[in-house]
Amino acid sequence: MSEPLLVVDHMTKRFGGLVAVKDVSFSIRPGEILGLIGPNGSGKSTVMKSILGIHPPDGGSVKVDGTEVAGWAPHKIAQRGVGMVFQHSRPLHRQTVFENILLGLLPDRLTYLIPDAATERRAREIAEKVGLGHVLDRRPGTLPFADLRKMEIAKAIARNPRIVLVDEPFAGLTSRETAAFAQLIREMRDDGRAVLIVDHNVRSVAALVDRIYAMYVGERIAEGSVDDVLRDETVRRVYLGGALTVAARPESSFKDVDTPFLAVDKLDVFYGKAQALEDVSLKVHKGEFVAVVGLNGAGKTTLFNAISGLVPYSGAIKREGTALAGRSAAKVARGGIVQAPEGRDLFTEMSVRENLELGGARLTPEEREERLDWLYGLFPILKTRGKQNAGTLSGGEQQMLTIARALMMKPDMLILDEPTLGLAPVIMEQISKALEKLRQTTPLTVLLGEQNVTFALPHADRVYVLEHGRIVWEGDPSRFEADVGERYL
Amino acid sequence: MLSRILKSREIWFSLIIVLCAATLPVYVSGYVLGLLTIAYYFGVFSMAWDLLFGFANEVNFGPSFLIGLGAYTAGILDSLYQPPIFICVLAGVAAAMIGGVVLALPALRVRGPYFGLTTLVAVLMLQNFVVVAANLTGGEIGLTVPDIISVDDKVNYWLALGFMTISGLILYGLSRSPVGLILQASGQDTVQAGALGFNIVKHKLAAFLVSAFFSGLAGALMVFYLGAASVTTFVDVTVGVQVIIGAVLGGRRTILGAVLGAVFLIVAGEALRPLGELATFIVSAVALAVILAFPGGLLGLMRGSRGAS
Repeated sequence: MSEPLLVVDHMTKRFGGLVAVKDVSFSIRPGEILGLIGPNGSGKSTVMKSILGIHPPDGGSVKVDGTEVAGWAPHKIAQRGVGMVFQHSRPLHRQTVFENILLGLLPDRLTYLIPDAATERRAREIAEKVGLGHVLDRRPGTLPFADLRKMEIAKAIARNPRIVLVDEPFAGLTSRETAAFAQLIREMRDDGRAVLIVDHNVRSVAALVDRIYAMYVGERIAEGSVDDVLRDETVRRVYLGGALTVAARPESSFKDVDTPFLAVDKLDVFYGKAQALEDVSLKVHKGEFVAVVGLNGAGKTTLFNAISGLVPYSGAIKREGTALAGRSAAKVARGGIVQAPEGRDLFTEMSVRENLELGGARLTPEEREERLDWLYGLFPILKTRGKQNAGTLSGGEQQMLTIARALMMKPDMLILDEPTLGLAPVIMEQISKALEKLRQTTPLTVLLGEQNVTFALPHADRVYVLEHGRIVWEGDPSRFEADVGERYL
Repeated sequence: MLSRILKSREIWFSLIIVLCAATLPVYVSGYVLGLLTIAYYFGVFSMAWDLLFGFANEVNFGPSFLIGLGAYTAGILDSLYQPPIFICVLAGVAAAMIGGVVLALPALRVRGPYFGLTTLVAVLMLQNFVVVAANLTGGEIGLTVPDIISVDDKVNYWLALGFMTISGLILYGLSRSPVGLILQASGQDTVQAGALGFNIVKHKLAAFLVSAFFSGLAGALMVFYLGAASVTTFVDVTVGVQVIIGAVLGGRRTILGAVLGAVFLIVAGEALRPLGELATFIVSAVALAVILAFPGGLLGLMRGSRGAS
């Protein structure tokens, strides 16, 4: 067997007090694809960025073909033969596809002023290879999304790297485009390159990878073949939460079965060329807890932003039978549909109490005090943090503040977008308890978006599964694991 | 790629305009020639600035730092020792480039708006130095140099036109070359450019040096056209602002557009001079309107109308 090309040994990376990556070790041989998987916040992307020197590791070693590169500048590591296919990139919009690919072939020299014919020929060959031969003279802005991704692959292989890092290769692609993209990655392996794919779950990369390294909150939880990792108990617990306890109320128990509180009908949303939502229909009854489960990039945030009036859409969104189209985001929020956004969007320079008071700005002083008291009961930690700046809170406390601020507005419906993003399990449990309390003691309607199934299912009365912008499953949480559980490993 | 530059309509179009401009001394007055001579030097300032802003994506608020270094070094050297003019000009260029490195090395390490602020502070420091070291620099009154290139308006005009044309060709060629491509990639997505193996600091520093070279050279030549150097013509922040507005007005990332913008600013400012203070206001308002309504600038406007027809 050949020597490994990339060896990561006991890598550690801290951001301030947060240990993002802890003691991660793996190696990749030429002609091998390793899948690095983990839920959001597991540190997998940080591992990749540390390998390339974008975030130099704080401890451990990174060896490229035997040479220690930890602490080097990214361009030096890249010149050693490490390439990266970015998930989000900004191509040169004023240049043609040909020039964008040519960029990948250029030497890092100031004296190379006129490209030679061989380099230009090579750029054309690469374009042909990834299937962009027919659009060489077009500008990137005129290309469909899948072709832009191919252009990123072309740029990466133009440097002929021996090690290729691929960040979430299939996000935003349709299933047919995914197959074509997977084929390009296989060709990299067949050319003898060592390939590292970073993705959220086993399923999306199962057909492609030779081995899997699974991470959770910065640490290794499992390693081995696809089957080994799929069978691994820890992996199952992280992704599915083991034995689920669900307490769903049947849909027929809600009074507004005919005209639900919120009805989304045949919703389509486009971002430029990329279709983020396709024919999405769902309903939420008054007092119901509905979970929308989906991986990163499935379209959850887009759906919520459409409901909140933040992105244009086609199709209908109705509240108690009345269309919301054309209402401003502020009006929708004042009407009682309030979103606690994924990015939290707190006023970080203001105190916890000031943030809460802003949420309740439209209440009378008595109402506000009463509401504050109730919220302090729900999240006791916020009371002790009252005078602290919101920016100095921990991630979990910030999330609680976000939810509390939304609740200050006395909403009829609360939209929670990924409340568990980047949180430690113990904090998730605290938020989970608060949600349960809301469900038991208030008439609040909740629409929860999550990729963390473990967190979402116990609270949900009904579940929708969103995949590539489409609803692919809908039903009772108790049927979730049997029907679609495998997709979330 | 070289053939593509030669095929570019912009270049041929520009060269025709230059040829027409070269015939101007036959039928316009010395006054107009003098005005255009200044405008052409400003065109070079703006083109050099566009290389940094349009391509390296670095907002240099201190173009007049580089220009002023070139102008004053050349002027002071001449007033002290009277060496041949070309020696003074070379010294001015060298000073601008050295000043450029001293400024750019630390400034390129800070991110975002801080680069711009650093360059702005450099201008203020140079301005203060000129005022304080009055016995060397002439202070607020200005510095009169004993030599000038020529007393003939036409010679000065052709020299400025030729200088601008050659500078434009070099800067345009650079911007369209592989190095220009890397520079643009570094400006747009630093992380990705690094991941492609490009040393971003090296490329941006090189761009800064090229920008300093042309700014210093144009500044030094302008001193020997005017026969004098003063803070208000070479160093003041308003000079820098004019250079910047010229480049943005002409069209960001076009190099050649910068000349259009600079010539427009100088000529319009002069044409409206009878209106007094109001002239500056009107020219600024027009510039603002063009920038807001047509972010592509004057050149973008011309391209757009051609594309539409």
